[in-house]
Order: sequence, then structure tokens, then C-alpha cells
Amino acid sequence: MAEKIRIKKGFDIPLAGMPSSIVTDDRLTSLFAISPDDFPGPVWKAVVKPEETVNAGDPLLVDKATGKVRLVSPVAGRVKEVHRGERRHIEYVSVSKDGDPQPVNFGNNMKGNEAKEAILASGLWAMMRQRPFDIVPDPEVAPRDIFVTAFDSAPLAGELLSDSLAKWLEAGLETLASLTAGKVYLGIKAGSNISSKAAEVYEFEGPHPAGNVGTQIAAIKPVNKGETVWTLDAVTAAKIGKLVKTGEADLTTTVALTGPDVKDPHLISTFVGASIDSLIKDALVKEEGVRIISGNVLTGTRVRKDGFLRFPYRQITVIDEGDDADEFMGWASVNPGKFSVKRSFPAFLRGFSKPFHFDARIKGGHRAMILSGEYDKVFPFDIYPEFLLKAIMAKDIDKMEKLGIYEVAPEDFALPEFVDTSKIELQKTVRDGLDYLRKELS
Amino acid sequence: MKGLKKKIDSVKPQFEKGGKFSKLHSVFDGFYTFLFTPNETSRSGVHIHDSNDSKRTMIIVVLSLIPCCLFGMWNVGLQHALATGDPDHSLFHLFFYGFWAVLPQILTAYIVGLGIEFVVAQIRGHEIQEGFLVSGILIPMICPVSTPCWMLAVAVAFAVVFAKEVFGGTGYNFLNVALVTRAFLFFAYPSKMSGDNVFVSLGGVHAVDGYSGATPLGQLAASTTGKIDVLGVTGDPLSYADMFFGFYPGSWGETSTFCILIGLVILLATGIASWRIVLSGVVGGFFMALLAHNFATPLYPVTYLSPLEQLSLGGFAFAIVFMATDPVTACRTNTGKYIYGFLIGAIAIIIRCYNTGYPEGAMLAVLLLNCFSALIDYCVVNSNINRRLKRATVKN
Repeated sequence: MAEKIRIKKGFDIPLAGMPSSIVTDDRLTSLFAISPDDFPGPVWKAVVKPEETVNAGDPLLVDKATGKVRLVSPVAGRVKEVHRGERRHIEYVSVSKDGDPQPVNFGNNMKGNEAKEAILASGLWAMMRQRPFDIVPDPEVAPRDIFVTAFDSAPLAGELLSDSLAKWLEAGLETLASLTAGKVYLGIKAGSNISSKAAEVYEFEGPHPAGNVGTQIAAIKPVNKGETVWTLDAVTAAKIGKLVKTGEADLTTTVALTGPDVKDPHLISTFVGASIDSLIKDALVKEEGVRIISGNVLTGTRVRKDGFLRFPYRQITVIDEGDDADEFMGWASVNPGKFSVKRSFPAFLRGFSKPFHFDARIKGGHRAMILSGEYDKVFPFDIYPEFLLKAIMAKDIDKMEKLGIYEVAPEDFALPEFVDTSKIELQKTVRDGLDYLRKELS
Repeated sequence: MKGLKKKIDSVKPQFEKGGKFSKLHSVFDGFYTFLFTPNETSRSGVHIHDSNDSKRTMIIVVLSLIPCCLFGMWNVGLQHALATGDPDHSLFHLFFYGFWAVLPQILTAYIVGLGIEFVVAQIRGHEIQEGFLVSGILIPMICPVSTPCWMLAVAVAFAVVFAKEVFGGTGYNFLNVALVTRAFLFFAYPSKMSGDNVFVSLGGVHAVDGYSGATPLGQLAASTTGKIDVLGVTGDPLSYADMFFGFYPGSWGETSTFCILIGLVILLATGIASWRIVLSGVVGGFFMALLAHNFATPLYPVTYLSPLEQLSLGGFAFAIVFMATDPVTACRTNTGKYIYGFLIGAIAIIIRCYNTGYPEGAMLAVLLLNCFSALIDYCVVNSNINRRLKRATVKN
């Protein structure tokens, strides 16, 4: 019986647009792209040129330092573009789907080092993260433990593990167990009947961020200075299982199309990096004045209609942009539709079970940290978030270490950023802090 | 509202860089964001935000002060009527007497304080911050009704500049701005800040026979005969109900514990003030008052007051509810808040009881703990750091 852990600090944001469990096949999309910005840590180098033919599983980008970690093409076809931004920074590599897929086979029934090489080559490695620093794991460093989360508790997230993948999970966990001298921990949603012999299973109940792997690490075995752990979701773990057993790199994904501006929120089965416009075609309530987010509203990336699905490739949320609202004296509003976790707005009277319509406005001015204890209420770590953030802002490395920066990733600060009265960009602060620390310590 | 918005938008360029009135940019921006919630959308991180902002927070605090403020105005009128023998005790008569008596103070505090804020915001290129909306109403409320406006202006200017702006503005100050104003007045102009003649507005009319304008705590501090009954302005003894509801002279906004409790309910219900500070403050004050009461001595007549009387009289309740809970100057950790509140409560009563030079200790207690709040937090956070170090394998 798995040990049960109850997360008390957190909040489930009642956003409208919950997806149904209907899955439709994406037959439209012909353009796919991989964006190296989604995979922090390595410096990425493009290994393909436009018009080159690639197979599903062929590398598009490799990490410059070791050449081992790869980002691969999700489909067979021709490379359309290596899109570069300022200072020749690669923004994405796009591939147009063309002809019959002939997926690369990476071998079968692999074990140990052979399995590790296959994971690296298949692009699945880059779907993992390491703490500290929240980056793609360094293949040279053995992790203390590996943490796998089997559910997503973020607003409007769909079910993580489909039945077709679930059967590979155990094989994946076994493979992961062979890559660490420590343990593999699997965090599951309370009440779900996932079991494992290879991993130690913990049940989590409570509000978001219960499904965040950072929350689970903090509750099971926090990261200390000098230690490295790997984190991934159960989808990647199952794909690793499928890879080592069959040699096939599974680059399909199920995307939840969600949010208040989606007509009929549901699931779409496609490949990673699918272009957005084909996924949202005829699916939106309105075409103008919307914000399309690849991911959830807390940690997702804003994308344009001609953009692509971004890592972790499992959700699109569409909300109002709201920049034309011109709300008169919003600070005095008694509108029960204005959401606040605090009782300073009457929204609490109507209850949080009924969904709210949010827009992208920050709804206030930027201020210094004024109220205290706001973040702590939605931050289930044994860390003082305000003090850690101040240490990061002051670039005080010694204090950052002491206050627990090695234990956190930007996504852990998403809910504090949402509730923040002072509208400070907390996730950006933490990302900058982690990057600064990594640079200074290397 | 669309018309108004259009109109304002049409003059907006004149206030921007290079415009005719670019020197008034911060002021314009302040009023603009007051009228219309900014349409700025999120650029990084989360895509949706909670509706609560700094303006809303400050407005709630001002709202919670209104019962005290209105009662205070009425009470100024009541004390005036009692002192001068005016038989007209109708609600509006008393209220408007007090209203006109304190209005100049309120205006002075806001004009001077906000004026400095506007100038500093413009120089720094910041948005105008709302912190002074609260300070501006708090300051007159904790001063005697007869405080001259020029003194108030000097004190407000001193406090806003040296207690707040030099540290970077709202959110960076380590001392409560309203209390620094009060402390400045108290030490710079002691004769206008204490004694028998400052807490009741006579308005140029002769007082009735037997009148004394001393506050209850002032009477006790000045007593040389040990235990005495506290009296009202006309020489009748004050009942506990008088003390609780605030029918006695004092700094005009802080006499009614009842109205302070209404404000407290608003602050706690909206979650803006920390219940930890209030609870531990009341416990600290009650505990100390009980101790003092058990060892009451004629040398220190205030010690004869019962704990409940101690909590209801003077500025204690006001300081605990509205001053100690200022999130910027209080402790930021939950454990720290308990310690901080308890010490404020206890020290306020100690000063009040055992230092007859200062009839009231709440102001000094809060300012003292403002200075120590960072140290208390430091100790609390250090215990977290040590816990982390203990489980780490790599030390240093």
C-alpha cells in the first residue's frame, strides 16, 4: 500500500474550460517544430539544413558540449526551416510531414548503458529535468534519486497517462531504476490504482501543486546541496519503457485543448511540436483578442497562431487577452465575477466551485513586496519563499544556497506569482537566479 | 465611462516623455490608474492573476478605519460639549463640530504626505504608491485634536522623507510611518502632545467648573496618591462601558475599542491583517497587565487598572490592530509574528505602568519592535537554514 501524503498548501484555480475526455485524431497538421528554448541547460546546435529529409527520430539539434543529448524530429518529412532570432539564436527547427513514416529503431530489450544511450539518442532524455537548476540532466552525473509524477494538477490539465502508454510504465521505471544508485519515486494521485515494483509509490492528495514533481520531492526527500535528482512525468517514463522494449521512440502526444475561449474543450491526439493553427482551427469562440498558451495558465508559454506546441506538449489554453477592458475603478469593484483568493473581493461568496473567466491582465500595478505570508499559503515547501526571492534579487549566492534554491524550480513559484498582490514576476526571478547560480558555480 | 477614458487618453501624450506636462507624469499616472485599472497584461510567468492589488489592499484598510474615524469626530464634539456645558447633544451637532475640528489635520496630512510622494515618484520615475493613503488617515487619528497643522506638516514631512523615501518608498521602510510622525511630534513638541489641555477641543469657549481635560492614563500617570478613580472631563467617574466605547478624551481616533473591533473584523475577514499579531499582542498585553495588577503599587498607579481596562484605554487596541499589523514593518514569518505581537503587547503595558513619564507606551512599543522585527525574522529563518544544513551531506 502506497504511503499517502496530504498537501495542504495550494489552490485549485477554478478556470472555465475543462476538457472532456473525448479524443479526436489530428489529421490536419503537416508542420511540426522543436524549440530548443524549451530545453534549458545545454547549448543547442542544429544538425540539419532546410530541405534535408529526416525520419521520425532523427536528430534535429544536439547539445554542443557532449553531442550526446538530442532533440529529434517527431515526424518523417523535410526540414522546412531553422528559424533564428537575434544573434543567430535558434528559435525553432520545423519539419513538414511528408511521405510514410519509417521510424528509427533504437534496438530492443535494452538494458543498462545500452538503454541510457538509446534514451539520449531518442530525444526522451531531454524530456527529463534535473534539480538543482531545473535543466536537462547532465548525462555524466548520476542522480541521487529519480522522481516521477503520474498526474498533472495544474488548471484544466487533462489526464496524464493514456491506457495505451500505461502498460509501458513499469518497464520505464525499471530502466530508470538502473540509472540511479538511489530510488525511483512515483507520485500518484490519491485514489488512482497505479502500482509499481520498481519504484516506491506515494499517493498525493490535495490541491495544486500536489502534482508538481517539486512538491513531491519536498514531501518525500528534499534535494540538498551537492546532490542531483532527476524529475520527469509518467508519460516520459512510459515512453522510455516502450523505447527500451521495442526500440520505438514514441513521439505522439495527447493535447488537451482547454480554456474559456475554446468552444468544445477536448483532447487531440497528435505529435509533439504540432503547429498551433491547425490544432485550434474552428475551435475558438472568437478569433481576435485571445491569448493562446501552450501549456497551462500558470507555467505555459504564450504562442502565436503560427507558433507550435511547446514542451511538455500536452495542453493548450486559450483565454481573453483583456487588454481592451478599460475597467473603471477596478479596485473598488464588488463584481462577484472578479476572482480573488482573498476575501477582499466578494468572489468568495459565490464559491470557487463554479468556474471563473480569467483574462491575461495583471490587474494592478507592480509594487515592492508589501503583504507578508501570501506566498507561504500556496507554497508547500519547508522554505521561506519571500526570503529566498529576496536573496535571489540581491544575487546573494550564499543566502540562496542556505535558503533552499537547490530544491526549487520556477514552476514551484507559479501559484505564489498568481496570488501576489505586488504583481512581481516570481518565476522569471527564480529562473534568472538559477541561471546566475549555475553560471557562477561552473 | 468610455467617453471619459477617451478624453483622458487624448491628453495622455502631453504627460509622457517629451510632452508639455512630462514633469507631472507620475501624478497623471497615479490618477489614471486610480480611475482605470491598467490594461497591462502578463509578459512572463503566469498568464492570469488574482484581482487583489495594492490599491484594493490599502482601500480595505482605510475602510476598516472609518468606524473609528467617524466615532472619533463625534467624540470630539461630545467632549467639547461636556467641557463647555453645551446642552445640545444631538448627533449631527456633535459630529460636525468634530468633523470641522479634525478636517484641517486630515487635509494637512494628506496634502503634505502625498505631495512628497508625488514629487519623489516623479524624480525616481516610479508609479505613485498607495501606502500613504493609509498613513495619511492614521496620522491625524493618533494625534491630539488640538495639534496645530504646521506641526503636523513638519512631522509628516520628516516621517515620509526620513522613515520611508530614503529607504526606497512603500515596502522598504522599517519603521511605521504614522508612528514616526507621532513620535516626532511627541519628542519635538511635548507640551502640545501631552498634558491636560490638548485632548479636548474647547474651541475658544470657557470650560465649565470642575473641568479637567486629562486623559484617563494621564490622570493615573500624574497621580501621587496611588489608587484613584479615572474621571471624565466633567469630573464624573468613567465606567468600564465608557472606556470600552471610548467616551473619554484622548487622541481622537483611538479611544473607542468598540469601533477598533469593527475595524479588526473587517481586516481579519478580508485576511489583510495578520491574526497572529493581533492575537499574540492582546495575549501579551493582557498577561502583562494581569501581572502588574497582581503586584499593584501606589508608586505606579496605572497598575491598579484591571487588564480589561488596560486593553480598552489609550492607544493600546488601536496600536495592536492598525499599527502592529502593518505588514511592511512587522515580522514576515509566522513564528516571528507571534513573538513580535506578544512583545508589543507586553512592552506597551510595561512602559505605561512603570514609566510615569510616558502615560502611553503603545507607540514606543511598536516602534521598538519595528526595529527588532528583522532580527526576530533572522532567528526564525536561521532555524530553517540549520534544519537544511543538518540534512545536507556537503557542509560549508
